[in-house]
Amino acid sequence: MGRLIQGRVLVAGEVGGEALVGREPLSFWGGYDQFSGEIIDRRHSLAGAMAAGKILAVPFTKGSSTTTAVLLEAVRQGNGPAAVLTIGVDTFLALASIVADEMYGKPFPVIGLTAEDFASLETGDRLVISRDGSIEVVDSG
Amino acid sequence: MALSLREYDRACLAGDLGPACQFAMSILVRMAEIYEAEELIDISRAHIDSSLYQGDATLEFAERLVSMDAKVSVPSTLNVSGVDEHGWREWSVPPDWAEKARRQMVAYESMGCEPIWTCTPYQTATKPEFGQQIAWGESNAVAYANSVLGARTEQYPDLLDICAAITGRVPAAGLHLTENRAGELLLRLVDVPEAVQDDDSFGAVLGHLMGKLSGTHVPVIEGITVEMGEDQLKSVAAGGCSSGCVTLFHIVGLTPEAPTLEAAFHGREPLQTFEISLDDLREARRDLSTTEGERLDIVVLGSPHFSLAEFRRLAPLLQGRRCHSELQFLVTSNRTMVKLAREAGLLAPLEEFGGKITVDTCIITTPMLSDDVETLMTNSAKYAYYSPGLLDVEVAFGSLEDCVQSAIEGKVVRGSSPWDD
Repeated sequence: MGRLIQGRVLVAGEVGGEALVGREPLSFWGGYDQFSGEIIDRRHSLAGAMAAGKILAVPFTKGSSTTTAVLLEAVRQGNGPAAVLTIGVDTFLALASIVADEMYGKPFPVIGLTAEDFASLETGDRLVISRDGSIEVVDSG
Repeated sequence: MALSLREYDRACLAGDLGPACQFAMSILVRMAEIYEAEELIDISRAHIDSSLYQGDATLEFAERLVSMDAKVSVPSTLNVSGVDEHGWREWSVPPDWAEKARRQMVAYESMGCEPIWTCTPYQTATKPEFGQQIAWGESNAVAYANSVLGARTEQYPDLLDICAAITGRVPAAGLHLTENRAGELLLRLVDVPEAVQDDDSFGAVLGHLMGKLSGTHVPVIEGITVEMGEDQLKSVAAGGCSSGCVTLFHIVGLTPEAPTLEAAFHGREPLQTFEISLDDLREARRDLSTTEGERLDIVVLGSPHFSLAEFRRLAPLLQGRRCHSELQFLVTSNRTMVKLAREAGLLAPLEEFGGKITVDTCIITTPMLSDDVETLMTNSAKYAYYSPGLLDVEVAFGSLEDCVQSAIEGKVVRGSSPWDD
């Protein structure tokens, strides 16, 4: 058993996977390649990392309104993240997941965390997300 | 407190007003719960970014709405499209992309949206009024409408903007509400010379720095001592929502909700104060370039879309001169502005210079540039921010004059400027 943290459910779901954690905000349009699942914003610390299938943690989304369109296309192509964790409430990510549900029946969990819980996550941690927003964390180190 | 819905909202949800209203309202209600809104409110205008083709999902979404006979219920303008429908063959746009992007344009036009195809609706169509509740997409337009015009909108992401336009309703949350429009961070310029504030790169650089410093907060800028025109404020807006997510900023003495510092903060204390020196701005300006080399393949102006006033400033710089033969010179704008510029005689100098124009889209929203393009120069903070990731190019940021001179010489050159040490 790892430690447990509790987030606020924006879009519910159950999934387990490896964490990919960025400390700076990300615009998915211009930052996430929907055709491959790679982080492409060269000014971001996760540049070059493959986010498809990972549990992606970024503090919040920034930049373009097209972020949601990019995520929806990524989900359609099977290149989306398995879940996204943020600090607080991120309406762009929630919308992308809700529309992915309405269009393709494929929502991904979107969970808002406290800044402290977010800061405790590291890339490579194994996470198991439950429908109630509790997250089991098995630290990588 | 739970969300309370009006009779109209419930009728939409129940499908009484047709499947499109039902689909749109069900998404709005789910979002209202995430915003923790207590109700929905009316909007009287929308600007739709969903019309930008970004892959089959966006087209499937659009055509699903059309199949449900969706129509907008408030005046709605369209943001940039995914293709210049008449000019794309001159560039490297794949025909399949052009065809699908065109289908997506037709889909949104058929919903009753006004096809202005621009990221600068505030320069191209009627400006929203102070205090008007609107639902806009396109980050720079949202920041401009909120900050410079005092209209009220959240930054509506693609796929939600059209739901708001169909139903005429949005969650009562965020920047629609007076209490959320107060300044939170103070960005105080200290000893920044007026010659720098007057430079045409100043807005872009200030916006870029503001975006990096502001996080999710509302910044208030103090210490501007020059007049900032519409295009400079446009650059501030675009810079701040590219490096960051600034959807509302105040400039003391300049923007309508900031006649004084106290008014900008609604009488509260700033959460944090940043003193901004000339050196901080110089560093932000350097940060907009990813290369210091001279190699150059293309010079691109016009993000956000080039305005008539910008065409007017550009024309005399090009008069009687010629772009280097191994380099492309491109201006991105929209059909309305280009028509006005042509009527004003401002396009002839550009054409004689060897420059090209793309309308209704831009280099980062349609795949028009060939893989041979390795280095790009621009005076736009938004192009400078996004091009390295989206286009896999190196970027040199410079003033309008430097961009023109570099196009003539075929390499990145920089003249003397008030930014120099």
